[in-house]
Amino acid sequence: MSMHLWIIPLLPLAGAAVNGLLGKRFPRALVNAIALGFTAAPFAMALWVAAQFAGLSPDQIPHIERYATWLSAGAFSAEYGMYLDQLSVIMMLVVTGVGFLIHVYSVGYMEHEGGYYRYFAYLNIFMFFMLTLVLANNYLLMFVGWEGVGLASYLLIGFWFLKKSAADAGKKAFITNRVGDFGFLIALFLLIKHFGTLQYDSLWPLISRYPVETGAAGLLTAIGLLMLVGATGKSAQIPLYVWLPDAMEGPTPVSALIHAATMVTAGVYMVARSHLVFNRAPDAQMAVAVIGTLTAIFAASIGIVQTDIKKVLAYSTISQLGYMFMACGVLDYVGGIFHLMTHAFFKALLFLAAGSVIHGLGGEQDMRHMGGLRKYLPYTFWSMTIATFAIAGLPPFAGFFSKDRILWSAWSSGYHVLWLVGVITAGMTSFYMFRLWFLTFFGKYRGPNPETVAHGHDADAQHAGHTGAVQDAKDAHAAAGSHGHRSPHESPWVMVVPLMILALLSLVGGWAGVPHSLHGSDRFGTFLSPAFNEASATPGAAAATPAEAKPESEDNSTELAFSSISVGLAALGFLAAWWLYYKRPELPERMAKAAGGLYTLLLDKYKIDELYGAVIIQPLILLSTNVFWKGIDQGLIDRAVDGSATDAREASDAMRHMQSGNIRSYAGWVAVGAAAVIAFMVWRGVR
Amino acid sequence: MYNHILSIILFTPLVGAALLLLVPKENKDAIRWLANIFAFLGFAVSLPLVPWFWALKERAGFQFVEGAPNNWIPSIGAGYVIGIDGISFLLIMLTTLLGAISILSSWNAIQDRVKEYYIWFLVLQAGMLGVFMANDMFLFFVFWEAMLVPMYLLIGIWGGPRKLYAAIKFFLYTLFGSVLMLLGILFLYFHHHTLTGVYTFYLPDLYATAPKIGGHAAIWLFFAFFLGFAIKVPMFPFHTWLPDAHVEAPTAGSVILAGVLLKMGTYGLIRFSLPFFPAVAMTPWVREFMIVLSLIGIIYGALVSLMQKDMKKLVAYSSVSHLGFCTLGIFALNPAGLSGSVLQQINHGISTGALFLIVGILYERRHTREISEYGGISNVMPVYATITLIMFMSSMGLPLLNGFVGEFTILQGTFMENKAWAAWAVPGVILAAAYLLWLYQRVFFGPVNNHKNEGLLDLSGRELATFIPLVIIAFWIGLYPKPFFQILSTPVNNLVATVRPDYPGLNKPVLAAQPVPTTPADMPGPAKTPETPKPSTNTDGQKPGVATTQKPLPVNTAKADLTAAAAATGK
Repeated sequence: MSMHLWIIPLLPLAGAAVNGLLGKRFPRALVNAIALGFTAAPFAMALWVAAQFAGLSPDQIPHIERYATWLSAGAFSAEYGMYLDQLSVIMMLVVTGVGFLIHVYSVGYMEHEGGYYRYFAYLNIFMFFMLTLVLANNYLLMFVGWEGVGLASYLLIGFWFLKKSAADAGKKAFITNRVGDFGFLIALFLLIKHFGTLQYDSLWPLISRYPVETGAAGLLTAIGLLMLVGATGKSAQIPLYVWLPDAMEGPTPVSALIHAATMVTAGVYMVARSHLVFNRAPDAQMAVAVIGTLTAIFAASIGIVQTDIKKVLAYSTISQLGYMFMACGVLDYVGGIFHLMTHAFFKALLFLAAGSVIHGLGGEQDMRHMGGLRKYLPYTFWSMTIATFAIAGLPPFAGFFSKDRILWSAWSSGYHVLWLVGVITAGMTSFYMFRLWFLTFFGKYRGPNPETVAHGHDADAQHAGHTGAVQDAKDAHAAAGSHGHRSPHESPWVMVVPLMILALLSLVGGWAGVPHSLHGSDRFGTFLSPAFNEASATPGAAAATPAEAKPESEDNSTELAFSSISVGLAALGFLAAWWLYYKRPELPERMAKAAGGLYTLLLDKYKIDELYGAVIIQPLILLSTNVFWKGIDQGLIDRAVDGSATDAREASDAMRHMQSGNIRSYAGWVAVGAAAVIAFMVWRGVR
Repeated sequence: MYNHILSIILFTPLVGAALLLLVPKENKDAIRWLANIFAFLGFAVSLPLVPWFWALKERAGFQFVEGAPNNWIPSIGAGYVIGIDGISFLLIMLTTLLGAISILSSWNAIQDRVKEYYIWFLVLQAGMLGVFMANDMFLFFVFWEAMLVPMYLLIGIWGGPRKLYAAIKFFLYTLFGSVLMLLGILFLYFHHHTLTGVYTFYLPDLYATAPKIGGHAAIWLFFAFFLGFAIKVPMFPFHTWLPDAHVEAPTAGSVILAGVLLKMGTYGLIRFSLPFFPAVAMTPWVREFMIVLSLIGIIYGALVSLMQKDMKKLVAYSSVSHLGFCTLGIFALNPAGLSGSVLQQINHGISTGALFLIVGILYERRHTREISEYGGISNVMPVYATITLIMFMSSMGLPLLNGFVGEFTILQGTFMENKAWAAWAVPGVILAAAYLLWLYQRVFFGPVNNHKNEGLLDLSGRELATFIPLVIIAFWIGLYPKPFFQILSTPVNNLVATVRPDYPGLNKPVLAAQPVPTTPADMPGPAKTPETPKPSTNTDGQKPGVATTQKPLPVNTAKADLTAAAAATGK
């Protein structure tokens, strides 16, 4: 039975085509209707597909649909086809569901913007590529989505292309991702070379015949590590995370959808999808875990000192993605995807709520100019509160269950150091999130009147950034004027309702995976784990992997004890934030002064951007300009070519003098010539 | 018509040029209309070839053969023989399409000496078609040289401020290569006579005898041909004529230069260098040398492109990088690499042709190509900005557009031969994103700072018409490249089987086996019976299965020696 899964990604594409080609002439209401209609429909269809999927018997899973051959050259071919298993069902639901909510929210948020139709066309294109990514039945089609979401991200980050910083950020995101794609591409070539295919269903049996590469790293380790390179690009992990904070130049709903809830999780999805590879490549898997853990704490440490509300959330996203990698690295793919899902809920909510704050303040993003907003934006406040508790990992909110599962997996698989770093990060997360919460919603409103905005901090305020630029440009967004700095106000319903739905999900989303230790039934795990079950992928293959090493029968009390440690640290983070940013708000500045260089280093994000600039980009530019272009091309080759032309001219010029018109000199030449001929004949012995 | 389709395609532009001679030169609009009609006609008459060739795509060897060996100048053995296989078929379609588009794009750009311009353009068109059709080395060389002259004039008369320097540089560079190639052709010609007692330039006959040349002579000959083609491609370090020629050439000239002329180099490598000297091509150091030059071209071209301040020069250097991919695929010497290479040649014609049109549009409006003169163009020319974005994405190899299919196939084929070769080429893909996105940002994003740009008009209907077919084809190849690969599979597999007789899963090579009309009885040569091989799906071969230790096909030296190669051609 075919479910016609291809319709799901193509619906948003159709929406993008209509809005992109004709939207300029449409009234806003029609643009809205098209954009929302073509995202609601795939969500509805995804729900229907999920219901159908629930009715499939285990031997019908994965459900694969094949439509056509895409490209075939030599012995290799890839097709258009869809692959539905538990993993892609969850991804599909998250992408369409959260995606739809964010589309709704955008209607309110982008109301005052120019290029409205363009925004929704891009957003729909993103949905198309993201759904292609998660539903593809082969790696090459996944790569299509992979590159495509990068394009959508480029377009949306640079949406306010009048701003140089926005255009720069878009470009940086695309190119950094391309660096990661280097690894992904080579991994694909390795797969083709050794297995002859990129189709999942043909690959899995072939891969599962490989033994675990303990001791000597082999082919699968290489593939795994190269995939990890790709994943670090897309999912903003060390060392390629640098694009994500800059990507906050995009409109806030874009940050919520692409740079928090969906696109950046593509790397996690890819690792989970390739679990058969990683299960057999302990070194690659270890690298995933270590990179994830390092990224988690590294980004959290930067997040602690940032003052731009979106930047805090950006670093927190990087940090949370680190957790997901950690989960995959300790082979708890279910935990990774579980956290992916709950994170999609609460991080989308955090961004949207932050967007609501920014919207309500007419574009202010600096938390130092917020404060006391809970009175002005009550709905935003309450939904933000739920999201903050969720990300801090406090029970019974969603983040608690998923994060705790990951930490427990790390400990119980024997990665005690990773657990320790993870649990410290959990405390830091709680601290910087409550810091954001207190700074934004509590205390006195430190809000600016327009005159005092200019305070030296390079205002990233997106709405107010470039009023001086071309006013009459068609796509200029005329927001700044329309609702400038008046008193903070709550957002319209069309923005608030998605917040409330996401708040509900952030509260109850984790309840699907209540662990057995808390007398839950872990329905999420029960549903998803078959996707990572070795035996189901390859009937008959021995499941000789550590994948199922998770000790189910471990006594619950240990697990509970570890839970209480992380909850305790989260609570500690809350208290510290409360003390520093609510009780004694003058303290942080003093502490920052006392910390001196360390504080500056954190504020400057460890100067990694500057490092990349000095070590990679500048040398490359100098090399290209001075050595290659001006040195080799113009200096060496062209000079040689022009030189030989000059030589030829000089030589002919010299010979020209032989044609002097003087008979006697001609006679002389004839004599010389004849003598030469005779000499030659004599020498050769010609008679 | 069926039997003379190639001649019709070849002579339509010439008829147009002849008719243009009759129009008084003051009547510019009549000249424009007539030239455009014939350019379009040239494309239209090539369209029937599509279904006709499609039906024959699985037949090896040259199809639609017209003329006979030695029928033109019998005393020296030169003949008017034309015929095509899948490779030349695609390049011919590209030529007729780009020819029509570039003539259409010249409507306003050319105001001086309009009549001569269009005449030379149509002559150029015929010359390029002839190169892709010729089955006779003499005829080939005539076309090869003949199309130099109109291109020289197009740059030299209708070019920019340094047009003379650029034109002469172009002419001398390519002439230098041609001379060596001519020597090579003559060597093959006399060698053929030594072996068979017959003087002929007939290509299939030379295919049979050329591989028998052994030792140093073969290597010298290989490099004589190589130089001619490498200059045309252009491969590093013979590329410096290209930026100058492009910058100075009129827009349409650049489109044709990048879109078609460069492909004559890669076409020559595929059509002549490989089948003439299979053993040399498979000699490890020769092959590695070619690969290294290609890789240098890819990276170097991209890096230099990154730093250009002139849009056209940037696109020109990007061509060096893209053509590096094409030569890389050729010397990967396996079906994936070669078919990817040919497809990438088509892709490059589409994308870079469009890029030059794009630059030309701004140049026509502002008469400058300095990137710093622009900024915020997407505010004033949104349609143009969108088309540009699509073509940039195509050029940088975004999936679902044409460039990706070609690059991926080439890289995959190369990877099969040697991982490091492919790994060194991939940074070219990253850099392509860098130089194109940076260019896009500088030209299209930001506010309109330069007041001269404020009143720029968006694309006119005529301009849009030049882009639409290119955009459609870019998506077509990106979304459904299968027909292209089907067309290429027979000639490519045939070629690989010739060069690497031990390559698994391929049919026996058939290079000359076509019903050649009126073959002289005394003409020695390979089997000429029409041998229709099984549809050469090579899926059954080279299926690597689970093999854990499956080695890449070794760079063959032992088997691909002269005797084996000669035996393979059916002698």
